[in-house]
Amino acid sequence: MDAQRLDSILSRYECDPWDLIPVLQDIQDSYSYLPKEELQEVSQRLNVPLTQIFSVATFFKMFSLVPKGRHQVKVCLGTTCHLRGGTRLMESLSNRLGVEPGYTTKDMEFSLETVGCLGSCAQAPVMMVDDKYFGRTSVDKVPKILKLYK
Amino acid sequence: MPRFESVDHLQEYRRQLAARLDPKQPQVLVCAGPGCLPMGSDEVAAAFREELQKNGLEGKVALKECGCQGLCARAVKVLLRPQEIAYQHVTPEDVPEIVEATLKNGQVVDRLIYEDPDTHDRFAYKADIPFYKGQQTVVLRKLDVIDPESLDDYLAMGGYRGLRKVLVEMSPDQVIEAVDRSGLRGRGGGGFPTGRKWRICADTLEEVKFIICNGDEGDPGAFMDRAVMEGDPHAVLEGMIIGGYAIGARRGYIYVRHEYPLAVKRLALAIDQAREAGFLGPNILRSGFGFDIKISRGAGAFVCGEETALIASMEGFIGEPSPRPPYPAQQGLFGRPTVINNVETWVNVPEIINMGADWFAAIGTENSKGTKVFSLVGAVNQTGLVEVPMGTSLRQIIYGLGGGLGPGREFKAVQTGGPSGGCIPPQFLDLSVDYDSLQSVGSIMGSGGMIVMDNTSCMVDVARYFISFLYEESCGKCTPCREGLKHLLFLLDEIIAGRGELAHLDLMEELCATMSSASICGLGQSAVNPVRSTMKYFREEYEAHIRDNKCHALVCRPLLKYTIDPETCTGCLACVRECPVGAISGIKKKVQELDQELCVKCGLCYEACQFDAVKVE
Ligand SMILES: Cc1cc2nc3c(=O)[nH]c(=O)nc-3n(C[C@H](O)[C@H](O)[C@H](O)COP(=O)(O)O)c2cc1C
Ligand code: SF4
Ligand code: SF4
Ligand code: FES
Ligand code: FES
Repeated sequence: MDAQRLDSILSRYECDPWDLIPVLQDIQDSYSYLPKEELQEVSQRLNVPLTQIFSVATFFKMFSLVPKGRHQVKVCLGTTCHLRGGTRLMESLSNRLGVEPGYTTKDMEFSLETVGCLGSCAQAPVMMVDDKYFGRTSVDKVPKILKLYK
Repeated sequence: MPRFESVDHLQEYRRQLAARLDPKQPQVLVCAGPGCLPMGSDEVAAAFREELQKNGLEGKVALKECGCQGLCARAVKVLLRPQEIAYQHVTPEDVPEIVEATLKNGQVVDRLIYEDPDTHDRFAYKADIPFYKGQQTVVLRKLDVIDPESLDDYLAMGGYRGLRKVLVEMSPDQVIEAVDRSGLRGRGGGGFPTGRKWRICADTLEEVKFIICNGDEGDPGAFMDRAVMEGDPHAVLEGMIIGGYAIGARRGYIYVRHEYPLAVKRLALAIDQAREAGFLGPNILRSGFGFDIKISRGAGAFVCGEETALIASMEGFIGEPSPRPPYPAQQGLFGRPTVINNVETWVNVPEIINMGADWFAAIGTENSKGTKVFSLVGAVNQTGLVEVPMGTSLRQIIYGLGGGLGPGREFKAVQTGGPSGGCIPPQFLDLSVDYDSLQSVGSIMGSGGMIVMDNTSCMVDVARYFISFLYEESCGKCTPCREGLKHLLFLLDEIIAGRGELAHLDLMEELCATMSSASICGLGQSAVNPVRSTMKYFREEYEAHIRDNKCHALVCRPLLKYTIDPETCTGCLACVRECPVGAISGIKKKVQELDQELCVKCGLCYEACQFDAVKVE
């Protein structure tokens, strides 16, 4: 366990039980997943049972119990994107990366995810890689977008 | 920015600010809103920065990256003040010409101005463009004026004047009275009267109370809250501080979806600025009233937009709703009375205080006051954000502002209210949009998403889409919702696969009746709206799937057949590369063969082919 890294996260909080979700978010952001040993430590420090931590960690979509890849690819399957071919976009990405949504490529480069709506519906279908949005995407633009991150 | 020690100090600063600002100074506002960001607005802004520098104009021309300018369909939008010349589809390559022609020589770059899709009339100035003419902006008013990261800009537009007014002139009770009299109703979906909610909370005997701003914006297709949080963050804060003063709370929280990183960043910056200037903190403008705000990030769960689930997750639990009463206004966060309102609701508050309850109550209809922001998306020409008085007709919004559907496209339905809403057919286009009228046709206002659908959308698929969305997002706590969604999804999948029976429709109706009456929260109760409204208004589509195994919109995969047209196929192999199952084969530059046995009907070949040689029926 990386005690120093965890301490620097926990030091931002009073460590009350209701700090649980923000603490897990910081761990997720910093480690790209929620490592088991860290969760045990959080359980003690925040005085929250480990069972509750696991139920929270599995309830919310942003948390992952396994390490994620270097780049997060999010494909919008919100209503507008659904109507405008979001599913096909997702399938094309899934083919090219060789992973199903929710998984990470073997080389740990890309994690593929679907989301409910990215809030850029006017440019559907929309996808996001890390913090960058791509609007009016289509199957034939996928290779070019992925190339930016290879 | 000074720290304001009194309301007079603020007044004085505002006067100085007005004197310092030159209304004639040229300004370039590059839209960096939710619609323009994905189209490369950052590159356009960078090009302006470079070009202004090259021309020695950095000091003379103000460059701002602002919030949504409304007409997202024409991204990237650029607005030049003070003339208000509105350019469309701007790319970095256009920037040198804009700087040379418009900024240096005062000429309009003709090829970048607005052209009406129908009449082909061309307009250079924002005020002449029909899209803007038909609107009345209250909530979006500052989005294409201010730099969201500048407190000075907000102050120059009259920001924190509402806060000053309540601290100096109004008792908490008078503030509640004003909000009540204005007729403001919640913009997050339910439409509960805001003043009444505040009164319930203020009347409790508890010492500690809380304010929450609901920025979870889960409805797919709605992005007005994102646009406001990113584009005018101080307005959200000001509304909440006024609310805190009114009900006697000292702490507020903004709950923002984690998919909105820029909103979090902008709000955090605004909070820092407000603290530094003395608009937040233990003793605001030395009035004796103290209030502070923290941001809570969502963790990716649609149901957490529901107020009791949102509160549960802020307490560190999973986002399960609980039955009401008690309402959060009586017993909310940590068991304390809590007023929770939507982003757009909060932003209306300072305007009501400034302009007066009567002004607000004069806009809109009998029971729905004020304006409403809609995100107009889907199969409409001019996608974007529009703000109109309550009571404006669907036709005026979709055709008058949205410019209709474009050549060859036929209006089929408009979906309002997100997954809890319904699909409204053409016969109701003249319906005036307010809380009650939408409900009367089986939909709801919801947060203001308006998704226009044409003949390429299949209504059975739309119903299935929402049910599968809600099935994924249901927290699973109550049986009618959990099991009802599962069975609805099963039945819809059968219909889509061509295995449906007419009796399934009755079964679905029965499931809907139980779900709407017996689910704990709004998710389950209103999940039936997409199913009911499509079954009611588009029954013939269900029947076509069931009786004829046909999806006329060519959407439902199991009912489709893909073929390659030997006449047009050039043998470029684009489809072969795309096909995930290797169903297409042949020699390069020869006509390709598609094996129906292997084909999983994903349509990737159809989209990949540049020559329209892949056919679907
Ligand atoms: C399933 C579900 C999801 C909701 N999502 C949101 C949301 O994303 N944003 C929002 O403001 N209100 C949402 N609401 C409504 C809230 O429960 C609550 O009524 C609202 O925040 C109150 O604010 P208002 O009175 O200003 O509308 C949702 C309700 C339900 C049942
Ligand atoms: S993409 Fe079109 S033209 Fe090219 S091989 Fe496939 S069917 Fe033929
Ligand atoms: S529809 Fe999909 S599976 Fe069928 S041939 Fe085309 S790409 Fe292959
Ligand atoms: S539906 Fe895809 S961005 Fe909103
Ligand atoms: S985001 Fe630029 S116009 Fe809407």
